[in-house]
Amino acid sequence: MRSFSYERATSPGAAAAAAATTANAKFIAGGTNLLDLMKLEIETPAHLIDVNDLALDRIDETADGGLRIGALVRNTDLAADRRVRRDYGVLSRALLAGASGQLRNKATTAGNLLQRTRCPYFYDTNLPCNKRKPGSGCAAIGGFSRQHAVVGVSDACIATHPSDMAVAMRALDAVVETVRPDGTTRNIPIAELHRLPSDSPEIETTLQPGELITAVTLPKPIGGTQVYRKVRDRASYAFALVSVAAIVQRDGSGRVALGGVAHKPWRVEAAEAELPGGAKAVTARLFADAKQTRDNAYKLPLAERTLAAVLREGGA
Amino acid sequence: MRFEHSATFNPIDQLKVIGHPTSRIEGPLKTTGTAPYAYERHDVVANQAYGYVVGAAIGKGRIAAIDLDAAKAAPGVLTIVTADSAGKLGKGARNAAPLLGGPEIAHYHQAVAVVVAGTFEQARAAAQLVRIDYVKGDGKFDLAAERDSVSIPDPTIGGPADTAVGDFASAFVAAPVQLDATYTTPDQGHAMMEPHASIAAWDGDKLTIWTSNQMIAWGAEDMAKTLGIPKENVRLVSPHIGGGFGGKLFLRADVLLAALGARAAGRPVKVALQRPLMFNNTTHRPATIQRIRIGAERDGRITAIGHESWSGNVSEGEPDMAVSQTRLLYAGANRMTATRLATLDLPEGNAMRAPGEASGMMALEIAIDELVDKLGIDPVALRIANDTQVDPEHPKRRFSQRQLVQCLNEGAARFGWSKRNAKPGQVRDGRWLVGMGVAAAFRNNLVTKSAARVRLDQQGRVTVETDMTDIGTGSYTIIAQTAAEMMGVPLEKVGVRLGDSDFPVSCGSGGQWGGNNSTAGVYAACTKLRETIAQKLGFNSEEAVFADGAVRSGNRSVPLAHAAGAGDLVAEDAIEYGDLAKTYQQSTFGAHFVEVGVDADTAEIRVRRMLAVCAAGRILNPKAARSQVIGAMTMGVGAALMEDLVVDKRHGLFVNHDLAGYEVPVHADIPHQDMIFLDETDPISSPMKAKGVAELGICGVAAAVANAVHNATGVRVREYPITLDKLLEWLDVD
Repeated sequence: MRSFSYERATSPGAAAAAAATTANAKFIAGGTNLLDLMKLEIETPAHLIDVNDLALDRIDETADGGLRIGALVRNTDLAADRRVRRDYGVLSRALLAGASGQLRNKATTAGNLLQRTRCPYFYDTNLPCNKRKPGSGCAAIGGFSRQHAVVGVSDACIATHPSDMAVAMRALDAVVETVRPDGTTRNIPIAELHRLPSDSPEIETTLQPGELITAVTLPKPIGGTQVYRKVRDRASYAFALVSVAAIVQRDGSGRVALGGVAHKPWRVEAAEAELPGGAKAVTARLFADAKQTRDNAYKLPLAERTLAAVLREGGA
Repeated sequence: MRFEHSATFNPIDQLKVIGHPTSRIEGPLKTTGTAPYAYERHDVVANQAYGYVVGAAIGKGRIAAIDLDAAKAAPGVLTIVTADSAGKLGKGARNAAPLLGGPEIAHYHQAVAVVVAGTFEQARAAAQLVRIDYVKGDGKFDLAAERDSVSIPDPTIGGPADTAVGDFASAFVAAPVQLDATYTTPDQGHAMMEPHASIAAWDGDKLTIWTSNQMIAWGAEDMAKTLGIPKENVRLVSPHIGGGFGGKLFLRADVLLAALGARAAGRPVKVALQRPLMFNNTTHRPATIQRIRIGAERDGRITAIGHESWSGNVSEGEPDMAVSQTRLLYAGANRMTATRLATLDLPEGNAMRAPGEASGMMALEIAIDELVDKLGIDPVALRIANDTQVDPEHPKRRFSQRQLVQCLNEGAARFGWSKRNAKPGQVRDGRWLVGMGVAAAFRNNLVTKSAARVRLDQQGRVTVETDMTDIGTGSYTIIAQTAAEMMGVPLEKVGVRLGDSDFPVSCGSGGQWGGNNSTAGVYAACTKLRETIAQKLGFNSEEAVFADGAVRSGNRSVPLAHAAGAGDLVAEDAIEYGDLAKTYQQSTFGAHFVEVGVDADTAEIRVRRMLAVCAAGRILNPKAARSQVIGAMTMGVGAALMEDLVVDKRHGLFVNHDLAGYEVPVHADIPHQDMIFLDETDPISSPMKAKGVAELGICGVAAAVANAVHNATGVRVREYPITLDKLLEWLDVD
């Protein structure tokens, strides 16, 4: 870990301004991912802006009947919130499928969205990784890629986004609220928050330098049967090989987002029109441009079968 | 004390203390966080500095240049030791690859430098500033690719590479039912909770090391040899060990680098291997390719059995003896085993819990299940039909005790085996395809010299000292139970001091030999102390009874405390073994029963129930022994379903080198687990009549899981671990 300077921010605007004006600064909240990466010098911030004092830890109802989740709401608290459990079951289930109790107690809503990939090559600083060291190459391509992405990949990177929470939020059409260094705020639909790797996998989101997530808003409840199914080698404390977040309505319509298959939560709205045709038709659209490796080709049939099971569970 | 003949009645047979499910006497230290583990020994020596290890960034090649300038200039750095500055180093008898690499690099993450600084954070930060230019060499990292360029090894343990009895080839060809299948097991890591960790302090030319090590005498001897100093000048202290599983049998880089760092810094230095280094820097269980051929009559009797195994290791490394159990487990007149070794440039392979049998049983016990498919005989019945009470390669050698059949029958009855549907893929419970599997458990019992010192003081307290280690197994407790039983005192009157090279040399902890041999050594020392006491009190030692804190003979009774008189009475002795291990085959047996569910949609495999029935001599402490077996069963589930050190064959390393990437079972993976011991005493093994048990528990588990998966799905996976991607394409979509 490199030496760094540290400050505790007093307001979101001040935090964003400080991040923009201080070279190589990072926000820190729960620290469950950032500190690990700093110890390995995968992340080497010169300055940390601690946002834990910002009053962003509330879950409030919005005027249109939705929920506004503060950026600092811990995963444990979000999963346990009565309103989330009642109206956004897919989110509660996704949160509880992730990490461990101890990590969920620390991890925040915004931090979960911004966690970095768990690709083993990203974690080993001796090996090439375009995400960690742009231009060095991708060791996962042609290497051990059983966990890796099968869709939306590039020649530069086949890493996945590891979050469960974000997959559910994608299905719920969540909106990310931010404040920028100049003090202005904006709303980013979650679909537009994460990027595909393209030729710059080191840039993972559309956030501008210094831009701070302050909240995530869920639109008013849409009902339906909400399912989150996470497939993994061991029963707990493992990242998804494939996960499916689904909201299925009585008329057979619905929404589907997948985790473990791409550099971002994977949802193709056009594919949802195929729901009456079943999982095969949906996944055919979801993975129309799939590019699998020998190690991870199994994810395509696995995704289809998991979706089929989820749709059955959802009564579709 | 020489142990030459079958044990007769002795004080241990009273079973007043031995054989009781006593809780661990050191348990309160561990549950209150006060057990002194190596890295946390802040009290033992002042002014400790911190060492941080730099691991090689390539799998094979050499260092062209090292630039230490930036690192040396970093805050707090005291010294940096590399092969250039370490001075001439030897190599321990039990190390294959050098512990400090450079300029030649033998494997990935081989230590190439230790950076010593005033704080851990300073050492870690400075280590990142060490600049090394490497010249990559052409390494061999692919066992399958090397299968045809192997040698016939000369193993130091596990018998010869090749054995043959009768005419295997002809008998196999002539057999009406034949099985010929190849299985693979991956490289596996010990993944113990406590990493390798040491504090080293020099006092003149004397070196003391507080460490985490299973085999104190080996460690001290190899440390002296590596540094080129007299053995007497090295003291190793290791009272508590946070898991070893074979990974801490040997001198490793933490010990050497702490010693070199302390010498260079002129003050004590502590070093722990960082978790990402654990898998490539230390040792691992080597991957195997195993071909098994079995010929049988239609009634199930085996007429020919052949087992060949290929594994790889660094130059001077040993093979995995995966064929070991096949020499002994089942009858059959015509037999062969063969062990081949490839030279690989991966990290050094070595012992991991039940080396040999653990990998071998993973393959053999699937093969038996495949034979079942061909014969249409029940898997339990087939194993019973091929039981043998003699060493099949040397029929004049009987097993000292062999209750495999009883284990299988007892387990089948308790598990509800009769409810199993022999036809695969028939049982459904909601979304789960349900299946049951069975496998035999087999692990040899090894006897080896073990010494102890016993002291009686004026308060009537008994203190045992031996360099035996407690790696979480319960050594403290069973040694205390042994001394209490022998001296006729309650457990509270016994103190046990372990893990110090100043104490008499024990068997150490490994190969499931620790329990039986270390307590037999304590038995020997206590026998001598009893004689000393009897003599001093004027008793005939044959007639003296040690009970209730007193020595009694006829109607005269003297409190034990009085025997010590003015000073302590001390006796030291060792158990040493004669030829019984040659004239008899000593092994431990068991049967594993497993029920799994396989998700019909996703092919996720989850264990639903497990039962082990074990017969392993006298069980000295059923509570501690049970913990050993259920821990081993859990490890067996890991081997079956998830553990896999994945080799990157381009870069030459195990890629998933942390506990996020190398998955082992979590609590949720182990829903219902039980085990029982059959009554057994084995007077051939030692005066304790006990045998090993800690490794028996893992042998066969993975195959029982694999066989249950087959029973659930009809899919036979021969490449471990059995993961959902290997099942998926064979499972019908609902």
